[in-house]
Amino acid sequence: MAEKFDTGRKPVWCPGCGNFGILVALRRALATLGLEPEEVALVTGIGCHGRMSSYVRVNTFHTIHGRVLPLATGIKLANPRLTVIGHSGDGDAYAIGLGHLPHAARRNIDITLIVHDNMVFGLTTGQATPTTPKGHVTRSTPYGNPDEPLNPLFLALASGATFVARGFSGDIPHLEDLIVRAVRHKGFSFIDVIQPCATFYNIYGEVRRRIYKLEEAGHDPSSLEEAIRRSMEKERIPIGVFFETDKPVYRENFLHAMNPPPGERVPRPVDLSPVWRRFR
Amino acid sequence: MESKEEFSVLVGGPAGAGVFRSGLVAAKTLYRHGYYVHGDNEYPSIIRGGHQWMIVTASLRPVYAHGDEVDAVLALDKETVRRHRDRALEVIVADESVARGEEGVVAAPLMKAVREEGAPSVAVNMAGLGFIFGLYRGDVEKLKSVVRDVFAKKRSVAELNARVAERGYRYGLEASEKLGLAPLHIGAPVPGKVVIDGNSAVALGAVAAGLSFYAAYPMTPASPILHLLAELQKDYGIVVVQPESELAAINMVTGAAYAGARAMTATSGGGFSLMVEALGQAAMTETPVVIVEAMRAGPSTGLPTYTSQADLRFVLHASQGEFPRIVLAPGDPYEAFMAGFDALNLAWRYQVPVIVLTDKYLAEGYWTVDEPPMLEPEEGKVVRGVYEGPEPYLRYRITPDGVSPMAIPGTKGALVNANSSEHGEDGYATTDAETVRAMQDKRFRKLEAMSREANERGVKTYGEGSIAVVTWGSTKNPVLEAVRDMHDVKVVHLTWLSPFPSERLASELEGARRILVVEANKTGQLAGLIREHLLVSPDGFLGKYDGRPFTPQEVEEWITGFQEG
Repeated sequence: MAEKFDTGRKPVWCPGCGNFGILVALRRALATLGLEPEEVALVTGIGCHGRMSSYVRVNTFHTIHGRVLPLATGIKLANPRLTVIGHSGDGDAYAIGLGHLPHAARRNIDITLIVHDNMVFGLTTGQATPTTPKGHVTRSTPYGNPDEPLNPLFLALASGATFVARGFSGDIPHLEDLIVRAVRHKGFSFIDVIQPCATFYNIYGEVRRRIYKLEEAGHDPSSLEEAIRRSMEKERIPIGVFFETDKPVYRENFLHAMNPPPGERVPRPVDLSPVWRRFR
Repeated sequence: MESKEEFSVLVGGPAGAGVFRSGLVAAKTLYRHGYYVHGDNEYPSIIRGGHQWMIVTASLRPVYAHGDEVDAVLALDKETVRRHRDRALEVIVADESVARGEEGVVAAPLMKAVREEGAPSVAVNMAGLGFIFGLYRGDVEKLKSVVRDVFAKKRSVAELNARVAERGYRYGLEASEKLGLAPLHIGAPVPGKVVIDGNSAVALGAVAAGLSFYAAYPMTPASPILHLLAELQKDYGIVVVQPESELAAINMVTGAAYAGARAMTATSGGGFSLMVEALGQAAMTETPVVIVEAMRAGPSTGLPTYTSQADLRFVLHASQGEFPRIVLAPGDPYEAFMAGFDALNLAWRYQVPVIVLTDKYLAEGYWTVDEPPMLEPEEGKVVRGVYEGPEPYLRYRITPDGVSPMAIPGTKGALVNANSSEHGEDGYATTDAETVRAMQDKRFRKLEAMSREANERGVKTYGEGSIAVVTWGSTKNPVLEAVRDMHDVKVVHLTWLSPFPSERLASELEGARRILVVEANKTGQLAGLIREHLLVSPDGFLGKYDGRPFTPQEVEEWITGFQEG
């Protein structure tokens, strides 16, 4: 079933790239969700992850650097019948596009954001991003990265995201399940996926050594305090659902414009005579 | 005594004193007396204090712009008396407390009127307006009806203000005996007209074209578009969003348009600067977006509340790369309405970004214009519901006119692949040289029909004469006012700046003894475009870059200099 989401185009990522795992998990998740390609809109940003839109057979919009969230928000508000999934990189989502993340979260717009977080800029050949560890040597930080890394999960939780998870591209079944749950979740779903860069920052071994699954550790995803505590862990890396809660979605503010929704409306003559009265 | 064919009044005071509301009440009341009206304001970027004013000009013939002088000044503080004393031809009215020690100022019992009605002191502006309408023997019922309409949101406040205005009117009527000023004309409103500002007009034009999605970040002088659409969203089924930045606004609009919504945003030069990357994205993805850019004086933060026409070259060239775009520059609220309507239709007809270029003077100024008719929006080449081949659906299919059928995501049998990277017909990225050329040629083929429309609709000539005064956007107003009584002068007004209506402009200028250009910037941006597109050097350029619109007097004086010789 996952084949119907395959464009048949051969991915050009480096051998061993974490993007392969996310691609496979996404296709399988879409099949598991029982969606048709026409029902899905995938928005991708700039970076290695951006090629997802060439490999997933659905409606796609490959946007400019950092603008996945507002673009996906516009699509969802114009046509809530579409399942809207954004893919972004750690540069795209946490550097140039960070200004959009807290707002998408606090609005609780009903979309899913999957961040391909490899802690480095891959496509521009290996500079530091906001999630690169302090002191790490990259081409742009030859004397070690001077900046403290950002904690995206903590940020998403603090911003009011209603579904917050972390996945690992090296565990496809686990990631597939996270994506299924994220898409099913009503509201803003955020998944940070650790996706090692095989060429510029290969940390597969280290990630595997430090990783553990929240669902196996008795974590209660209904507790924000517990989720925040887990998001701040330094030594071990929890994956799974940190937090999930139910809140009204953004669209409910616009029910006056949803019958039919903007994207499905054929323009017709509009009677403005009640408005003209106020200008006399 | 004969009634006044023309009448003008300036209301001045500190921010927060209700200066603009007074001006609006004066404008509407004069309109209901049967006059054509125009209102223009000036204010600093301050919420309380400072000095602001509004001039309302009324005439029994159409009025485009106000002059330096006014018949009456209503001074809500001493600062107004000091600044505008020399403008007043007939009378300066102020409350007794303000008029004390000021020579030649009519000391009116305005605060007394307010107290007698038990109203808060801020209502003194309505007492003052009432007094002025009394002095000029206007129709108090018309005044009260306008006050009730303008304060319609709260009935008790509306009634109180109407009573204060009436009491002010009675005192004005008493004083009029002594002053003996010519009375106002009292008639029925000119039929088929509205009194409207450029911002409201452009917003309503877009609504008439089926606007269903609007996202905008607040920025003077474009914010009133957001306010009006936010207010009307439930009546017309519009999603109105105020996002975190102009970056978000333009990308939300682009996403919504991709998903099939008629979408628009509005901003000023600073916000437009932030939108530029996404402007190129709209062009590359052939997504129909509309951006209203209401210019203010730059560079940078500049003069946030003052007018300018200095962003013309910027919007014409904004973004990396090359692509066809449409830039419309309406001159008055009627044209602004049509520009809002046309912008969405054109964006969808050609699948290109459309920019409506206005400015603070047009955006916030009021004019009497024709009430726009009900219009028929057009859908463009849109595929909805089910796509039925015969070939597989390709978002960027190469067509003779360059416009590809645009399926809306969700259409059965069609997957819509939009791409900000160069792409083939299927929307997938490519670097193949031949495909790259073919796609750029396809996008540029739209230019042929766009240029034809620009030449058909983008130039309007007023009057005849061997001196051609060329202008664009809102500057047509002071220019038309300036040439009203001049002979041998015609005004050539451009409302399309991209594609540039070269052929039409050339034919309008044929045989002109002098070509003069008037525009509100320092470097002569339209003058430069005329040189570039027509290979003609204008004989003169009058620019203005102090944030104020031209006055008819300065334009007239300048043109006169070219008449001799």
